[in-house]
Amino acid sequence: MTATAPLLAIEDLTVEFATRRGTVRAIEQVSLSITRGETLGVVGESGSGKSVSAYSVLQILDRAGRIAQGSIQFSGMRLDQASERTLLDIRGREISMIFQNPRAALNPIKPVGRQIEDVLLQHTLAARSNVRNEAIKALKAVRIADPEQRYHAYPFELSGGMCQRVVIAIALACRPQLLIADEPTTGLDVTTQKAVMELVVELTHERRMASILITHDLGLAAAYCDRIVVMEQGKIVESAQVSTLFQAPQHPYTQRLLRATPRLDSRIRDLLPEPRPAPVFPPHGPPLLEVRDLVREFPARGQTSAVRAVDSISFTVHQGESLGLVGESGCGKSTTSAMLMRLLDTSSGQILFKGEDIAAVPAARFARHPLRGKLQMVFQDPTDSLNPRWTAERSIADPLLRLSNLSRRQRRLRVQELAERVGLPLNLLGRFPHQLSGGQKSRVGIARAIALDPDLVVLDEPTAALDVSVQAVVLNLLADLRADLGMSYLFITHDLNVVRLICDRVMVMQAGVILEHGSTEQVLSRPEQAYTRTLLAAIPHPPPVQV
Amino acid sequence: MDTLASRPNTLGRHFLYVLSSNPVTAIAFALFALIVLTGVFGPLLVPYDPLATHSARALEPPSWDHWFGTDHLGRDVFSRVVVATRLDLLISVAAVSLSFVLGSLMGALAGFFGGWADRIIGRVLDTVMAFPLFVLAMGIVAAAGNTIENIIIATAIINLPFYARMVRAEVNIRRNAGFVQAARLSGNLDWRVLATQIFPNALPPIMVQLSLNMGWAILNAAGLSFIGLGVRPPTPEWGIMVAEGANFIVSGEWWLTLFPGLALMLAVFTFNLLGDGLRDLVDPQRRT
Repeated sequence: MTATAPLLAIEDLTVEFATRRGTVRAIEQVSLSITRGETLGVVGESGSGKSVSAYSVLQILDRAGRIAQGSIQFSGMRLDQASERTLLDIRGREISMIFQNPRAALNPIKPVGRQIEDVLLQHTLAARSNVRNEAIKALKAVRIADPEQRYHAYPFELSGGMCQRVVIAIALACRPQLLIADEPTTGLDVTTQKAVMELVVELTHERRMASILITHDLGLAAAYCDRIVVMEQGKIVESAQVSTLFQAPQHPYTQRLLRATPRLDSRIRDLLPEPRPAPVFPPHGPPLLEVRDLVREFPARGQTSAVRAVDSISFTVHQGESLGLVGESGCGKSTTSAMLMRLLDTSSGQILFKGEDIAAVPAARFARHPLRGKLQMVFQDPTDSLNPRWTAERSIADPLLRLSNLSRRQRRLRVQELAERVGLPLNLLGRFPHQLSGGQKSRVGIARAIALDPDLVVLDEPTAALDVSVQAVVLNLLADLRADLGMSYLFITHDLNVVRLICDRVMVMQAGVILEHGSTEQVLSRPEQAYTRTLLAAIPHPPPVQV
Repeated sequence: MDTLASRPNTLGRHFLYVLSSNPVTAIAFALFALIVLTGVFGPLLVPYDPLATHSARALEPPSWDHWFGTDHLGRDVFSRVVVATRLDLLISVAAVSLSFVLGSLMGALAGFFGGWADRIIGRVLDTVMAFPLFVLAMGIVAAAGNTIENIIIATAIINLPFYARMVRAEVNIRRNAGFVQAARLSGNLDWRVLATQIFPNALPPIMVQLSLNMGWAILNAAGLSFIGLGVRPPTPEWGIMVAEGANFIVSGEWWLTLFPGLALMLAVFTFNLLGDGLRDLVDPQRRT
């Protein structure tokens, strides 16, 4: 085999799934190839068929799925015609895969070292006598500190990033020729994401492997891949070197996707396919929310002193202002928002909302407080935040039913007005959450939050679970709503690119304290704290583009 | 409201869809309807008085006159099997409803509030579970007296822990779900959040338990009657009929036990099949 021959070549691959409503084509006529030492990015939004393409390489499709057409060649072997026995040898030894949720990919009741040993023994790449050393070597290869100790750790004892390293160690233990990474960093913090991706790329080069990175994040693909394949609705619409793709995207879908991905210099309207005038925000008013020395402690297991999740933070939100709260997981931002929303009692400190100390009202009794309707929230997961037994209309109407005196007819009209305002087609109001798309569900959540004309809306990563093009639309909707209704936002996120688009001021939180605080421009361009700089450096930026 | 007005319609259509998508469910619902109809109208339709003795025609095998034969007192077994449906159905439905309501209440409180409520309810349930369940039911009926109410109560008590534990687990995992938090923000107090948001979403798995339990409850009531601690003769009831007939198996009069036994089996079978259908019916995901 010559060096230029592709390691993996997929030709005209069509995969079909048998469903209740007949046969559905998940991917159609997909052709792609990858050579040794190359990193290929497969980019697309949910439902584009990027995972199905990867699964069909390893023949691990659901039972309902089958390859209808095409061929998969892996170093000269037809994988689509290979027997299950051959495939068992290839999976893990020649081609490995890392999955989205590292914690779910590991066996929770086995030490991680033993899980690496299992793979080595399965493919007889180590004997019983030296398997332990090999496993420790594998842990060392993924830069896990103190591998002899970590060998005995259970997955729950490790952080998300560590778990993903272990998964990578398992995937690479047998020195495969091809690594497929399916959204390997979704759900990880940006700094962890950077470390994991750098590790993958480094090992790929070091071992002259080929790797396929499946992701929805164009920025991530741009930063770590050599070549990018863009998929839309089961078809490959464009395939090019990274630099070519970003300089001259050919297909309209790629252009749309590039537009919708927030970058350093983009403004909120730039994300939309059609240009629109920038939203005009009313001037900021007097302070609406003043937080003073807010503390929340949780009793710690096996310790006498409590853990301070939120450690005496103070800040102010003015009327009509949008304040960003940025931090990595476990920094206390969710605890802070739960306290502000009066879903969680405070340990000490004041929350002055419209001059009244609402921290003094126990969370359990705040539901009937006159200020309840003025303090609302949009949740992170649009699916989880809607009652699966309620129609969209019922969900939006709930706050009106509990906290307003509207009659049935007025409620109905108000719900329709809200649906129009958030751009939810009226005929979708009678649907249940599982019949709505992610973007539609998030509109329902936003309509419910603004139903009572709140003064402050806490947005808890409202776009984290959405595709970039949907995120672009939802962010613009949020900006429009603020411009029209004059609400204040507290925008909680880990995504600094989004903060840049939607916030006037930003706070950076770490380990329960606010590290840095200032105007968005200042904090993101001239950060004072080293931590902020690390965060900023970790974001993968798509290169500038001429669309 | 439009959507509210059209809901009975969609629910009815959903019911038909569930039936058509799974023939086993359709059969189960048909059998269930048959049992209920027998329970309601059976006593009006039977050819003989189930209590009337006729010593001249005792222990006759099945014939055109007596489809299921006659027993040792000359009573028509067919009439007795049909008439017994009402009593057995009544006992099981009452017992299961009672344990469903009480068990759900206890489980929901334990799962939602946690802490002391959870600990106290949990230990009470453990105490019930510590006894062999049938022996506990025997003890309750023996101590409280041999009446239908006591059979119902005893059956309800021994089934209580299954509901309570299941509801507790289902409520507990949803306690901090997004839609529950959202409901709090919408101004719902705790009890309303529990009743309108969490509990209805815990229903699908409980429905399966409910129908399986109906079968057990019938068996349990029949078992109590069989050992003489349930319904008293001469009241027709499947358990007693099997018990009385058991004396005659040796002498070859098999029809005395076979037909009430088959009725019992059919009822239990129906309820077990019904479970999946009920779950599909209350699961919003299936409503497409």
